Amino acid sequence: MSDVVLKNATIVDGSGSRQGDVAIRDGVIHEVGEKLGGGDTVDLDGLVLMPGLVDLHTHLREPGDEEAETIETGSRAAALGGYTAVVAMPNTNPTIDSAAVVEQVRRCSSRALCDVVPSAAITVGRNGELLAPMAELVRAGVRIFTDDGRGVQDPRLMRTAFEYAAGLAHLAGGTAGSASGVVLAQHCEVDELAGHGVMHEGEWSSRLGLPGQPAEAEELMIHRDLALAGLTGGRLHIQHVSTAGGVEMIRTAKAAGIAVTAEVTPHHLVLDHSHCAGFDPVFKVHPPLRTAADVAALRAGLQDQTIDAIATDHAPHTQQAKECSFLDAAPGMLGLETALAVVLTELDLDLSTVVRVMSINPARIAGLDHRHGGPIAAGRPANLTVVDPNVSWTVQGSTLASRSSNTAFEGRVLRGGVIHTLCDGEFVVRDGEATR
Amino acid sequence: MRQRGPHHLLSMADLDRDGIEQLLNLTESFAEVGERPIPKVPALRGKTVAWLFYEDSTRTRLSFETAAKRLSADTMNFSVSSSSVNKGESLRDTIETISAMGIDGIVVRHSAAGVPQQVTQWTEASVINAGDGWHQHPTQCLLDLFTARTHFGDLEGRRITIVGDIRHSRVARSNALGFATMGAKVTLVAPPSLLPSSLEGWPVAVCHNLDEALEDTDICYLLRMQLERQKQAVVPSLREFHNEYGLTVARADRLRSDALIMHPGPMNRGVEIAGEVAERPQAVIGEQVANGVSVRMAVLFLLLGSGLDVVDNNRIAA
Repeated sequence: MSDVVLKNATIVDGSGSRQGDVAIRDGVIHEVGEKLGGGDTVDLDGLVLMPGLVDLHTHLREPGDEEAETIETGSRAAALGGYTAVVAMPNTNPTIDSAAVVEQVRRCSSRALCDVVPSAAITVGRNGELLAPMAELVRAGVRIFTDDGRGVQDPRLMRTAFEYAAGLAHLAGGTAGSASGVVLAQHCEVDELAGHGVMHEGEWSSRLGLPGQPAEAEELMIHRDLALAGLTGGRLHIQHVSTAGGVEMIRTAKAAGIAVTAEVTPHHLVLDHSHCAGFDPVFKVHPPLRTAADVAALRAGLQDQTIDAIATDHAPHTQQAKECSFLDAAPGMLGLETALAVVLTELDLDLSTVVRVMSINPARIAGLDHRHGGPIAAGRPANLTVVDPNVSWTVQGSTLASRSSNTAFEGRVLRGGVIHTLCDGEFVVRDGEATR
Repeated sequence: MRQRGPHHLLSMADLDRDGIEQLLNLTESFAEVGERPIPKVPALRGKTVAWLFYEDSTRTRLSFETAAKRLSADTMNFSVSSSSVNKGESLRDTIETISAMGIDGIVVRHSAAGVPQQVTQWTEASVINAGDGWHQHPTQCLLDLFTARTHFGDLEGRRITIVGDIRHSRVARSNALGFATMGAKVTLVAPPSLLPSSLEGWPVAVCHNLDEALEDTDICYLLRMQLERQKQAVVPSLREFHNEYGLTVARADRLRSDALIMHPGPMNRGVEIAGEVAERPQAVIGEQVANGVSVRMAVLFLLLGSGLDVVDNNRIAA
């Protein structure tokens, strides 16, 4: 007999939308059909069942800054946001730049409410000087390398990283440049040009007297890395693209056959630099909120599949890290618990597109497609999310499951709520509440 | 309770033309207090003002301190030595601590734009911006407006040329707004590397040629050039800056005879202004300083005072 039967669901996955029941046994989808019965039966009438969301860009802060977030609290936030897998960024303390720290993160993840997938730094300590032991890290299961928080500044070193990574594909079970190989994910920002800019350089930074960083600081590195990916045949993932120029370069590179993928955050799709007008550091984020024209270009890029994925860049910070001047405040904002609702509320995307950019594509980019983002079909792991696309709720940072409360959407009324999240067939969120 | 006027002074954008007029008229009354044998009135007796200067400032702090004392306010100095301020220190804790002592006003200077505005969310006290980063310095603007008004009367149609490091200047941001609000025509002169990247929404004209801009100007307003800018390579050398964008003797000679030379101080003689030019009668830099006290009295009184009833026929009760 099945353990769980999800009844009368609107099933949305890569093959479209249909009505049906899903039976789960031993953590795996056992049967998809009609009038299935037995076990724990849950009626999903009026609700949408989709493959669990996958976040390519999560800061869980553990180890090192457990006051802001832990793997447990961050994974609970993820589950409540409908995520069944998150890629943990390596800018922890210590940096995830050795198999030992990867193991430490995995150990801390034993109580997590979703899959926590460690990424690792490209360079030792994210210092941009020496390559991290990438083979050791790939053997430890790492597929995504990034110095996120900053970009690898030295073009020679970045070239070498691409070349070296290409030789590791066999350890990752793929071939060089293939989707199952190793990917270098870049936070594109030329430090020298960005200077100490704390927001987008333009109308608002000029008016507010805050040092800005120009769009070109991002675009120059996107341009460089696309060239280096072309030169080496390496696989590149552009993190949190935020500029119209960046989108256009990625579009051109894809047409030219460069192995590049790209992500965009919900906040860059919805907010612009005018939100900094009140000097509220909750809107300080890197890359910075850009112009309305950039927002429009990002939306168009998502629409025409230049941008593959929506990733949260969930960046928890303690109150004290944000209750200081805009210059001194830590950059970053929460994302996991609001991403899906922000997307459903603010963007004109149909549900199958949402599933593509928030589950299928990110799972493929992270090499997680054997467990996540797949079709809802017999034999697949039961990593699933159930969404009520019509329920409205008001964002309140203090009630989020994240240990921090730095949401840029405080007080917003959003449409779309996560009702259930299942990881390997287990309810980690049931009726909107985390089960542990 | 008496209807309160404005509660904070954060930016010149907070004031419309009427509001500025009101402040400048009040300033005139307080200027008269400064000329009395005992230049002190009880207008703010029982009120407490705290100085919160995160950035060194002798001149502005002394000016505020003098203003407060002439109004009989009690003052306290929360000294934040620059060495003890850690990056990322919680502003909120500091503000809540000071506020808990029961104060009526906080005068804030900070090297980061926006801090005075942030402070308002953690205190019931009136917050006065004494300069925040590159953002605003409203009392400087008001004293400049007052000084200009003393000489020209109505500023409608008058031309002010603001010269120098506009990009990093809170004085420029305040004065561009304030003078334009009063009907003056504002022209900014600077090399583009010292202009903000965008002037969208600024009520100003821009000119890269100082000689041309000065031809028919009523006020030549020179900004302090931070000497470390040369190291940041935004100008090739201070000598070249002086030659192209400084008020040299030759340029000063060509100014109209009734034109004013203004500077917020402290001056770098030989950089933005030739040393000799600063001594000319047209240079009203000393007047600006004197007016600063009166303007700050007016601001403190307007924000913290119990009301305007101590002002009788424009004369402040002793």
